[in-house]
Amino acid sequence: MTYQLENTQQGEKYNTIFSKVPAAERRKRHSRSRLRKQLLLGSYIVLLMLPLYWLLNMSLQTNSEILGSMTLWPQNLTFDNYIGIFTNPSWYMGYVNSVMYVVMNMIITMLVALPAAYAFSRYKFIGDKHLFFWLLTNLMAPPAVFLLPYFQLYYSVGLFDTHIAVALAHCLFNIPLAIWILEGFMSSVPKEIDETAYIDGYSFPKFFVKIFIPMISSGIGVVLFFLFMFSWVELLLARTLTSTDAQPIGMIMTRTSTASGIDWGTLAAAGMLTIVPGILVVYFVRNHIAKGFALGRT
Amino acid sequence: MSWMVWTLPTAIFFSSIAAMLTGMTIWELRSPSIERKGFLPISTTRGDRLFISLLSAAFIHLGIIGFTSLSIWIALALSAVWLLVLMRWG
Amino acid sequence: MNNKVYNNRAWLLVLPMLVLVAFSAIIPLMTVVNYSVQDVLGPNASFFTGTEWFRTMLNDSALQAAFGRQILFSLIILAIQIPLGIGIALIMPKQGWQASAVLILITLPLLIPWNVVGSIWQIFTRGDIGLMGWGLRELGINYNITRNAGDAWATIILMDVWHWTPLVAMLCYSGLRSIPEAYYQAARIDRASKWAVFRYIQLPKLTNVLVIAVLLRFMHSFMIYAEPFVLTGGGPGSSTTFLTQSLATMAIGQQDLGPSAAFSIIYFLVILLVSWVFYTTIMHLQKDKNSQGGA
Repeated sequence: MTYQLENTQQGEKYNTIFSKVPAAERRKRHSRSRLRKQLLLGSYIVLLMLPLYWLLNMSLQTNSEILGSMTLWPQNLTFDNYIGIFTNPSWYMGYVNSVMYVVMNMIITMLVALPAAYAFSRYKFIGDKHLFFWLLTNLMAPPAVFLLPYFQLYYSVGLFDTHIAVALAHCLFNIPLAIWILEGFMSSVPKEIDETAYIDGYSFPKFFVKIFIPMISSGIGVVLFFLFMFSWVELLLARTLTSTDAQPIGMIMTRTSTASGIDWGTLAAAGMLTIVPGILVVYFVRNHIAKGFALGRT
Repeated sequence: MSWMVWTLPTAIFFSSIAAMLTGMTIWELRSPSIERKGFLPISTTRGDRLFISLLSAAFIHLGIIGFTSLSIWIALALSAVWLLVLMRWG
Repeated sequence: MNNKVYNNRAWLLVLPMLVLVAFSAIIPLMTVVNYSVQDVLGPNASFFTGTEWFRTMLNDSALQAAFGRQILFSLIILAIQIPLGIGIALIMPKQGWQASAVLILITLPLLIPWNVVGSIWQIFTRGDIGLMGWGLRELGINYNITRNAGDAWATIILMDVWHWTPLVAMLCYSGLRSIPEAYYQAARIDRASKWAVFRYIQLPKLTNVLVIAVLLRFMHSFMIYAEPFVLTGGGPGSSTTFLTQSLATMAIGQQDLGPSAAFSIIYFLVILLVSWVFYTTIMHLQKDKNSQGGA
């Protein structure tokens, strides 16, 4: 490693002395390739944003304008679609319901996943590898496989059409995910820290809450982001386990198609509003997210 | 529990799976398994070999039920032999 | 990783998690197995059918076709998304406010509810009100996803690429960031070509995250449901009906508990096999790396 570093520091010098290409030319090539990169990236992002822009565009138009003519931006800007959603409880309660079960799921998952991930990252125990694999299969299993008995199961324990039912159902894939990511973050914390704390007389719970959790707080942030993401976007289970009181927004959106046609403006506005929480969450974890995507294993 | 519509065959099936897991745990506690390499391309522990043989047993059953008119008992016997082979030499 | 202590009391830490996951995974799975061997007509009216449902399901030509389509779909999107994701990760800025901005924009599609993704693309591709559908028609291309199966396929693939390439890109990006700057500088001294840098420095570092990316993408595409359901409803005909949709139609639409349970189990076994293969690969990759690093 030291050898490499020494060489590196002399790298620029070697380049200047031995390179056949003059320095100015080299710099020009460099900037040209950077420009090309930026252009490529820019066009990708434009393509990525195009469908979203179109949704935004439609959400700010009246239905007659949407259906009447092809306009690249709203000619008569209107917020009626949004106002309609915010003044109608049967609409905005959909958002409240979704947020409620997502938050419940995040809390439950964190409470049980933190100790479990600690166990996986610090100890060997009988069947640990098989248990871990079994957890991962739950992450991979199609929710549709479990769909059939879920209705029966939650009905028989009296939880049908409650927020907690959806939160518990989403634990199926969120707990394994949380353990998988947290295990990576925890393993990067040196084991000596645990040992020192125990020598200093900390009990396990006190050590865990006071010392360990603050040390992996960025990991926890990232995990919360992932939990939010997967619970927020799932619809199949949420739809099956609810009927009226805890209906998710995704289900309420299907109401826009009626016998007289589809209410495109409201559909677009409701769709736009489902993106907003995601933007907020990703903004908060933007600095840690790259590490989180590598599941803490960088 | 009535909504789970238990039947005798499925009850026997799950009990034997549970018995296998318990047995493996006790065996593991008595004499911990060492990873070794048999005829399988990867080195495995005892538990890995049990899992591999159970998974392949499931596919053996599916193959025999779905695409042949042989009795399910032949599939079961085949799987049992495969399990023993795998546990011993896998 | 190597200095874990052997202690079976760790089970106590795992126990609460185990109870919860067992509640939502094991009990339902047992019930599915029970359903699969019976004809369930009502709460107390069911009779034993043995392996009949499995035989029917395995020989059902509609399901076999859906299975074939599913495999084809997963392979196509992997072939597109993995190289594209690596490419995007390579050109993403590494620091400064641009990095944050690009990160947020690229992550955005991942945070949209899946049925809304379907709605967005339904709106976007409609011939009368959608930018893409309208644009293609103006260009003289006869594009119609409700009539032409080829168009429907192309649109679903495009939608999935739009929706999920960011995940691959983010995974690769985080893998790339873990490469020490010294490696690049060493390459510069050797005047290595860009291709050589990619082949011998970046790609080896990416193998770990790429296996995860392939695993996640394969699994998610294998259970794709809401997006094509909203966009095409599985049509035209059944040309875009994938496995989960067949299952959901059977289980919820027709209430055929027995057959759909048998189908669920076959589906689950396939998933189990694939995830086991991937898991073993990941574990061996990590073991190789550890033994190299530990030396």
